[in-house]
Amino acid sequence: MSVALREPGAVIELEPIRTRRGVVWQTIRRRPSAAVGAVLLLLVLLAALLAPVLAPYDLHKQAGPVFGHPSWSHPLGLDDGGIDMVTLLMWGARISLVVGFAATFVSMVIGGAVGVAAGYFGGKVDTVLMRITDYFLVIPDVPLMIVVAAIWGPSLFHIVIVIGILLWTSTARVIRAQVKSVRERVYVKRARALGAGHARIVFRHVLPQVAPLLIANTVLTIAVAIFDETALSFLGLGDPSRISLGKVIENAFQRAAISTGAWWAIIPPGALVALIILSCSLVGGAIEDALNPRLRVAHLSARSFRLRPLVGRSSDSL
Amino acid sequence: MSALLELEDLHVWFDLEGGRELHAVQGVTLALDAGQRLGLVGESGCGKTTTVLGVLGLLPPSASVSGRVLLNGRDILAGGEDSIRPHRWTDLAIVFQGAMNALNPVQTVSAQIVEALEVHGLASGRAARARVGELLEAVGIPRDRGERFPHEFSGGMRQRAAMAMALACNPSVLVTDEPTTALDVMVQAQILELLDSLCRDFGLALLLVTHDLPVVAQLCDRAAVMYAGEIVERGPVDALYHDPRHPYTRLLFAATPDLHGNGTPVSIPGAPPRLDRPLEGCPFQPRCDRAFARCVDERPLLRSLEGGRAAACHLNDVVAEKVH
Amino acid sequence: MSSNGRLLEVEDLVVHYPVPRGLVGTVARRPRQLVRAVDGVSFSLARGELLALVGESGCGKTTTAQTILRLVEPAGGRIAFDGRDITSAPNRAMRPLRRRMQIIYQDPYESLDPRLTVRGTVEEPLLIHREGGSKQERAELVRDALVRVELTPPELFLGRYPHELSGGQRQRVAIAASIVLGPELLVADEPVSMLDVSVRAGVLALLDRLREGGLGVLMITHDLSTAARFADRIAVMYLGRIVEQGPAAALVGDPQHPYTKALLSVVPRRDPRDRTRPQILTGEAPDAVRIPPGCRFHPRCPIAIAECREIDPALEPAGSGQGHEAACILAG
Repeated sequence: MSVALREPGAVIELEPIRTRRGVVWQTIRRRPSAAVGAVLLLLVLLAALLAPVLAPYDLHKQAGPVFGHPSWSHPLGLDDGGIDMVTLLMWGARISLVVGFAATFVSMVIGGAVGVAAGYFGGKVDTVLMRITDYFLVIPDVPLMIVVAAIWGPSLFHIVIVIGILLWTSTARVIRAQVKSVRERVYVKRARALGAGHARIVFRHVLPQVAPLLIANTVLTIAVAIFDETALSFLGLGDPSRISLGKVIENAFQRAAISTGAWWAIIPPGALVALIILSCSLVGGAIEDALNPRLRVAHLSARSFRLRPLVGRSSDSL
Repeated sequence: MSALLELEDLHVWFDLEGGRELHAVQGVTLALDAGQRLGLVGESGCGKTTTVLGVLGLLPPSASVSGRVLLNGRDILAGGEDSIRPHRWTDLAIVFQGAMNALNPVQTVSAQIVEALEVHGLASGRAARARVGELLEAVGIPRDRGERFPHEFSGGMRQRAAMAMALACNPSVLVTDEPTTALDVMVQAQILELLDSLCRDFGLALLLVTHDLPVVAQLCDRAAVMYAGEIVERGPVDALYHDPRHPYTRLLFAATPDLHGNGTPVSIPGAPPRLDRPLEGCPFQPRCDRAFARCVDERPLLRSLEGGRAAACHLNDVVAEKVH
Repeated sequence: MSSNGRLLEVEDLVVHYPVPRGLVGTVARRPRQLVRAVDGVSFSLARGELLALVGESGCGKTTTAQTILRLVEPAGGRIAFDGRDITSAPNRAMRPLRRRMQIIYQDPYESLDPRLTVRGTVEEPLLIHREGGSKQERAELVRDALVRVELTPPELFLGRYPHELSGGQRQRVAIAASIVLGPELLVADEPVSMLDVSVRAGVLALLDRLREGGLGVLMITHDLSTAARFADRIAVMYLGRIVEQGPAAALVGDPQHPYTKALLSVVPRRDPRDRTRPQILTGEAPDAVRIPPGCRFHPRCPIAIAECREIDPALEPAGSGQGHEAACILAG
């Protein structure tokens, strides 16, 4: 759609309206990797959400023999308690995803706030916040989780907090870098010259530019959070009253699934965790690539321009 | 007698999303004789940079080109990249827009010029370094400064370094794209003086691409004015200023402020047409102050006029008719 | 309202930046070096006047403009806006003044927030300063501003985003956002240098017309031809000082300072027959850390004499008078 415009004197035509917003949505539409990831993630989310409705069997009632083989009625077999694996996976995914999202939320809030404050105010605020970030960065994840779980007790809430306070550092760094660069843009300087206060500048001018990157970072953090939770549960530090995918693997491991040859008790939950992490990585990675102009490499192409046949004389002079 | 460099009916298209095309250069025909200086003038989007990139075969894969580029009478565009490459730098050299930023930051300036010599097999080792010393002196950079890195040079010095690199292989044609934009007026004067002396001393033909009319007036004998991908007027710069035969030429000069001129500069209302759809009639007609009925329907061709001039405007026909 | 009607008065303005020493420098206790970006600048601007501050890069013209608006802190000197000393006014006090002094920047492609429509951009100053009580009143003021910058009819532009506008249109939107609050001083930092030639004159003529309401315009530019054609007065800066200032016609027609003379002689002319004898100075301006003793221009000056190495000249009346001053012991 083009519109005729009247600049002083004459009529001009505008370019058709192209929206530049919605980087996230456009990326998912355009890049196959992101589309695949998004679809997979959606499927898993749906299965997990609808577990109470869709799960074929009861989660707590034994449906057959211990480590029962996969069969038509139980496509993924039974676990160490005789419970249907498909049901277990659906319910397990619920907890894993809940922890993943919750921990990521915590980390995003802390990391985003620290990153924005450090990037926007600069100077001493920046130095102090970045030193704090560095301290958190060098803490080894798993030992800390073990210690906290041992001291505080393994509840879902504690797990979420522990993972959250370990993951916010990378978000903070990334956001800080972006905020620093946006802050130097001319329209931000103009807003300051107009007399706009910090709150207005941050919320109306800086955050909208930072949002796509924050989303990409969040999606990638979800992948790490889920991995961390799975690892924690596998080590026996997870909440014993909740079944997450990590716990499913741990149970099977503890009850000698390997020596009995019950691969269906270990591999499917592991594969599902890997699938969720992969999907998040695909989507998050694709958004990050879309936002990074330096990754455009068209100019390095080995192909060159093409030739066409002569058009015909457009002038009678040389 | 054929000219040193001739462009015949050069067209360039760029692929756009959705299968459309941008017709960036629409039939450019030019001639440049040895030792001559031609200014290619126009505003952003007129196609002047795309034209010279097409001549040097430096267009991206999304571009398609048609037409002929004759170097000493031989068409070097006919074989695409393969037929142009042998002539790049050895016959046709270019100093890009923002050349001062086009130097490799991790190599010393001398090393970069030596590389140009070695790649074209003209010299190596000590002979190459000696030649580099000569080139640096020719552009006004002290020899020992060549061992420094680009970030240690000022903007004007980097522009000089880029010119030294362009001259490394003794080309016969030097193309410069906006050589003085982003430079201070005094540095600009130094660079223009340098271009002047280099062209004289090395016998170069100069194709100067710029939006800055006074620069062309100072340095070039002849000029071609581009608008919407085509040449709308061509001729000696003096004639273009004192007796323009295309309204755009006249209005462009009128829009340019002059230090001592009378009168206030006036803008040209409107904006250039979109080049991603076919144009009907004269592309300048919507903004022209002398347009009439014929201009809306019929696109004017670039016609020869007296004195080695040419213009693409129906008004010239009207005058001719009146005379007869 | 001050009695002598001077909108802006600047006296002996000084702005320094410390040169970062780095770790080695700090440990070795090297003395701190200062970039003397602005080193004693004095001028005034009357209501309805267009003063062009010209000079080459590094001369301090942009820093001067930003310091006047207190976007950069001065190290010394005095800035008076409408008779009131604002040199060290705290942020709280500056806030209400900011609506009376505005700035437009060089790059029209970066000046506008890409996420705001034209309406949003022009309305923002009203929201920041809580002007125009109701939505309708603000809409009226926005429409008004767009009409004043010749973006008519305004309805066609209100809903547009910056990427749908040309460079000239974007700059006009930026100007509209600057005048919607009815400022008295407008600082224009290279307002047209990134626009096409055929569009520049229109934007400059607009700035010219806006003066008629009493708006004072301080225009920063490196283009002497533009300054000559559009400014009432011109001040030429070199290495942090004003070396010559005066009415535009007088300064361009009868320059008094050797630097001004050299600059004017190398400006390319439109008419190929106008062949001047260019006085091309050698080298480039020294950096503002090591300023030459005496007259700061003497190392490059074609007519320097022995005294120039000792005396640091002040601005003295020169040429035809009438506000024409030059800082050169050999002038006038």
